[in-house]
Amino acid sequence: MWDYVLDRRGQIAQQALQHLSLVVQCVLLGTVIALLVAMAVYRSPRATALANGVSAVGLTIPAFALLGILLAPFGFGITPAVIAVTFYAALPVLRNAVVGLAGVDPSLVESARGMGMSRLATLLRVEVPLAWPVILAGVRTSTQMVMGIAAIAAYVLGPGLGGFIFTGLSRLGGANAVNSALTGTMAVVLLALVLDLLLVLAGRLTTPRGIRV
Amino acid sequence: MSDTKAPAGATVASSGRRASGLPIRLEGVTKRYPGQDKPAVDAVTLELPAGRTTMFVGPSGCGKTTLLKMINRLIEPTSGKIFLGDEDVTGQDPDQLRRRIGYVIQAGGLFPHMTVGANVALVPKMLGWEKKKVAGRVDELLDLVGLDPTVYRDRYPRELSGGQQQRVGVARGLAADPPVLLMDEPFGAVDPITRQRLQDEMLRIQDELGKTIVCVTHDFDEAVKLGDKIVVFDVGARVVQHGTPEEVLSDPAEQYVADFVGAGATLKQLTLARVEDVELRQVTTATVGGDSAAAVAVARAAGDDFVVVLDQRGRPVSWPTLAELGRTTSVPGTVDARLPVVGLRSTLNDALDTMLAASQAGVVVMGNRDSLAGVLTIESVMAAIRQARAAVAG
Repeated sequence: MWDYVLDRRGQIAQQALQHLSLVVQCVLLGTVIALLVAMAVYRSPRATALANGVSAVGLTIPAFALLGILLAPFGFGITPAVIAVTFYAALPVLRNAVVGLAGVDPSLVESARGMGMSRLATLLRVEVPLAWPVILAGVRTSTQMVMGIAAIAAYVLGPGLGGFIFTGLSRLGGANAVNSALTGTMAVVLLALVLDLLLVLAGRLTTPRGIRV
Repeated sequence: MSDTKAPAGATVASSGRRASGLPIRLEGVTKRYPGQDKPAVDAVTLELPAGRTTMFVGPSGCGKTTLLKMINRLIEPTSGKIFLGDEDVTGQDPDQLRRRIGYVIQAGGLFPHMTVGANVALVPKMLGWEKKKVAGRVDELLDLVGLDPTVYRDRYPRELSGGQQQRVGVARGLAADPPVLLMDEPFGAVDPITRQRLQDEMLRIQDELGKTIVCVTHDFDEAVKLGDKIVVFDVGARVVQHGTPEEVLSDPAEQYVADFVGAGATLKQLTLARVEDVELRQVTTATVGGDSAAAVAVARAAGDDFVVVLDQRGRPVSWPTLAELGRTTSVPGTVDARLPVVGLRSTLNDALDTMLAASQAGVVVMGNRDSLAGVLTIESVMAAIRQARAAVAG
């Protein structure tokens, strides 16, 4: 196994980098989309319920199925992978953002409006910063989850460590098949841990001292 | 507060008050919510004088808060007009309007993710003040509400007590020097002793600034203490009575007001009498670190059996008896946390409360910004009560 890894360290590193890049970009994109949707819905109880419903149901769709569906319009390659990963990345963030924004003390919002802050300024300077720890927790959950889903995206020939896993699985019983699948899996887990650590650090740096726990 | 700072040259407030505020005029202001057959606020017409404090009192749900929030248009009136001075502000951009009206809510409503300084600086920054001017203004205001800027400017709200947060809330409301200050049950969330101190502070600040203040409360005693004028509301924000505290107490317009004022209205007159109306006893003072024996000698000569110890800034910290002081060589700087203190504009009710709470037969009276004004004894309070009762009976 060790020899296997050493022999292919260049390839592993390159795939890991692609995997990381896919995950990070999709999580960023998903977060932006989720925040925008959350900001649009959180004031209306109906829209909030709808958004929560979508995020709950969305998470139950098997990744394989979604990738399969996306194959028809987009074919093999990077596009369906990005769409699927972004979709899954957005859901936990959406849920947390809605909860976080709705959880901001209404008297603070009134206070902001009462001193003459516009609706947008209130949102950006008061509500989002106060909801930030909750939103960030959603980003962490989503990053962990999407790490695994990005591996499955290799099924549609997307980039990343999933390649090792699928190659291994398809040649089960053959030479190095188990090594290949194991390498892919362990690399995904390692990458997830490192990214989570970075996110914790980012959380420390971006959470205002006054609301840090 | 023991951590306050008194600027050099602070003097006792003069009786002539200046008014920097603008009058507020409400004309037929109505708020109707869809699906309710009775309006929450029904055609209220009121004139609130400039530079004076008007208290809105009434039972909960009577529409007094709704009416207050229509002044800064947090709630849009269904019909009617609102004037600030001579200016009709009913159609103005609400955000611009609110930057000219201070707004203070219960517990201060401070933003927990911003420092005390940043909270106070919000409105001046929105108005585009220069950085330097903003910083100076923040310090000035913290000083005004009795918080040392060097200590509190960079703290976060959660590091402050409830009373301190409320002070910062007031400072934030006053930050851009608005002519009008709206307060929505500002002292509802603090304990009675802190509330009384905050009320005293507010009276002192208002003495200095002369803003047009509109303050909502459900506590009639608070209304009598803080208000130059009181408006008593019934359901639908119907104005039952609008007058000075004296008028409302002595001549309630309707049975409704009499009930609201309460059965003990003869003693309520006591809440009209201020500490400054009663003669205060001047006492011997000693400064922390001074010679004890000398202080004892001065006190003996003056016939006092205790001295009030002041710190370097002239704030009272304790009041040891001569026997206690005699046992020391230099005047100790120990701060007596239970030292009973009231302000010049506190009511006699407050003074009596404070004495009873501290189990003392007197209270130290502070003048402007923590300077000593004298000592009020329980005998003077009793004399005032007797006088008030005689006046009511006669």
